[in-house]
Amino acid sequence: MTATAITPAVASHRLKRSPLYWAISDTKTVAWRNLVTIRRLPQLLVFSLIQPVIFVLMFRYVFGGAIHIGGPFPYVDYLMPGVFAQTVAFGAIQTGIGLAEDLHKGLIERFRSLPMARSAVLSGRTLADLTRNVFVMCLMVAIGYLVGFRVHTGFIGLIAGMAVMLFFGFSLTWIFAIIGLSVTNAETAQAASFPILAPLVFASSAFVVVGTMPGWLQGFAKYQPVSVAIDASRSLMLGGPYSSPGKVVASLCYSVGIIAVFAPLAVMRYRKAA
Amino acid sequence: MDNAIVVEGLEKRFGSVVALDGVSFSVPTGSVLGLLGPNGAGKTTAVRVLTTILKRTGGRAEVLGIDVGTNPQGVRERIGLAGQYAAVDENLTGHENLWLVGKLSHLDPKTLRVRNNELLERFDLTDAAARPVRTYSGGMRRRLDLAAALVHRPEVLFLDEPTTGLDPQGRTDLWRVIQELVAEGATVLLTTQYLEEADHLADNIVVIDHGHVIAEGTSTQLKNRLGATIVEVGFCDPATAERGRGVLAALGESAVEPDGQTVELKSLDGARVAIDVVRALDGEQIEPVSLVLREPTLDDVFLSLTGHTAEEPEPEEEAIEGRGRRTRGAA
Repeated sequence: MTATAITPAVASHRLKRSPLYWAISDTKTVAWRNLVTIRRLPQLLVFSLIQPVIFVLMFRYVFGGAIHIGGPFPYVDYLMPGVFAQTVAFGAIQTGIGLAEDLHKGLIERFRSLPMARSAVLSGRTLADLTRNVFVMCLMVAIGYLVGFRVHTGFIGLIAGMAVMLFFGFSLTWIFAIIGLSVTNAETAQAASFPILAPLVFASSAFVVVGTMPGWLQGFAKYQPVSVAIDASRSLMLGGPYSSPGKVVASLCYSVGIIAVFAPLAVMRYRKAA
Repeated sequence: MDNAIVVEGLEKRFGSVVALDGVSFSVPTGSVLGLLGPNGAGKTTAVRVLTTILKRTGGRAEVLGIDVGTNPQGVRERIGLAGQYAAVDENLTGHENLWLVGKLSHLDPKTLRVRNNELLERFDLTDAAARPVRTYSGGMRRRLDLAAALVHRPEVLFLDEPTTGLDPQGRTDLWRVIQELVAEGATVLLTTQYLEEADHLADNIVVIDHGHVIAEGTSTQLKNRLGATIVEVGFCDPATAERGRGVLAALGESAVEPDGQTVELKSLDGARVAIDVVRALDGEQIEPVSLVLREPTLDDVFLSLTGHTAEEPEPEEEAIEGRGRRTRGAA
C-alpha cells in the first residue's frame, strides 16, 4: 500500500458555489446513482412492466368483449390511459422501496454525514423514478399500439397525455417516499403501499365506465385523483366525447397539490429518519 | 487546537428512553479515542450525535471547535464516518462509490479523480475498482467504506464498530490501515465492543454503559484497575483449593470460585505470574489439575466496573439503536 496523506483537509479543493447550485448538482448526482442501479438491474424494469402488460392482454382480449363503453372508439382506446395510470401508480411504490433499502443499508446515514444538500436524496430519487417512468411509459405506448390502441389527437395529444400522467406519477412518488422512510425494510414498504393504491387504481375509471358502479362508489370513483388523471389523459389522447379541459386542469391541480403537501412532509421525515 | 472533539454533559433522549445521560469526554487532536461498551450502551448514539445525524437533547458537543448542533454543515465538511455496516451501494462499482461520495462532498472533479485512484490503491481495491460492490467480500466492502469516509480528507474520523463481523484476517488488515491513518495525524474516534481492539488502537479509552461514562483512561490504567492478567488454577478438591488460595494470596488478589475447586488470581505481572504460581505451588507440594492464563475480557471490565456482564441484553435501547437497520447475526 502506498502512503496517502489523510490530513490536512484540502479546503482549497472544495468547490465554492451557491446553495441552489448544490441543491441542483447534488440532485443530479443522486439521480445518476439511482439510474445506474436501474441500468445494472434491468430485471427491475422488466418486473415493473409485467403487471401492466398482463392487464393490457387480459382486458383487451379476455374481459374487453364484455365491457361496453359506448361512443365512437374501441375499448382498447379507452383502456390504455387506464393502464398508463396503473403503471405510474404502482411504479411509484419503487420510490419507497428504494428509500427503505437505502435506509436499511446505512446509505442514508452516510448521506446525512456528508455536506450535501439536504433535499437531494429525495429529489434525486424522485427525479430518477420520473426518468424511469418516461421510459416505461414509452414502452407501454408501443405495446398499446401492438394491440390496436390509437391516439386520435395526433402526436401533440399523445405527448400531452403522457406528460399529464407522468406528472401525476411524479407527485405520487412523494407519498411513497414518506412510506419508504417510515418503515424498516423494502418488503414492508411494498406491503404498506399496495392497500393504499389498490382502491385508487381499481375503483376508478381505469377499466370500466364509472357509471356502471354502485351509486355509493361513483362519487369516489369519479373524483379521486387517479380517475381524474386518467380522464385528463383520455381527453388529451382521444378527444371527441372524452374531451374535457376541466379534467386536465383538475389533474394538474391534484398533482401540484399532492407535491405541495407531501414533498415537505417527506423532507421532514428524511430529516428525522436515521 | 488542543482537542478535536469536546463533549460535555451530552444527553440524548428518544421519548422516555435516555440513550446518553450526561456523557463527557474529549479527544486531543491527533489521538485515538476508543469508545468501549456493550450493545445498547449508547456508543452509536454518541457517534450519530457527533456526526450530525442525530440532534442532541442536551449538553455540549463540538468537533474541531464547531458546535454540531448549530453548524452541522460546517462539521460535515471536515469529518468522515464509516458506520457499523458498510454503507456502500451494491450496484455501483468501487470507483463509482468513491465518486458518489466525493461529488456529494463537493470536491472538484480533477482532485477527486486523483484522490479516488490513490485510495483504491491504498486499500488494495484497484483490481476490483471496476466491479460492482455486490461481488466484493465483507472485508473489501469495509475497506471501500473506509476509503469512502476518507475521500474528502477529513480531519476527524468516526469509526463505528469498524471490524464487527469481519474475520480475523480482515480485522488485522483493517487495524493496520487505521494505525497508518493515525500515524499520519488523523484524529479518530472509534467504537468497539472488543477490549482487545481498543487496547490495540486507542490512546485513550472511555467505557460507557447505559448512557453513562463508567471509566476512562489509557488501556494500561484500565487494566491496572482490573488486574491485568487472570490465572485460573483448578484443584482436585475444595480442601486443596483452600490451601492453594492461601499460597497464591501472596501473588495478588485471589478468590475461590463458586465451584469450590478453582482459584482465580488477578495479577499485574502479565504472563510472568505463571512462573511464580508454579514455583509457589511446587514449594508447598500442591498439584494443580488445571492452569489457565488469560487476559481480561470486556466481560471482566464490566463485571468489575458495573457488576453485570457486557452480554446482558438491553432490548429497549437496542431497539432504538437498531431501528431501520438489518439485524446482525451472532458474531
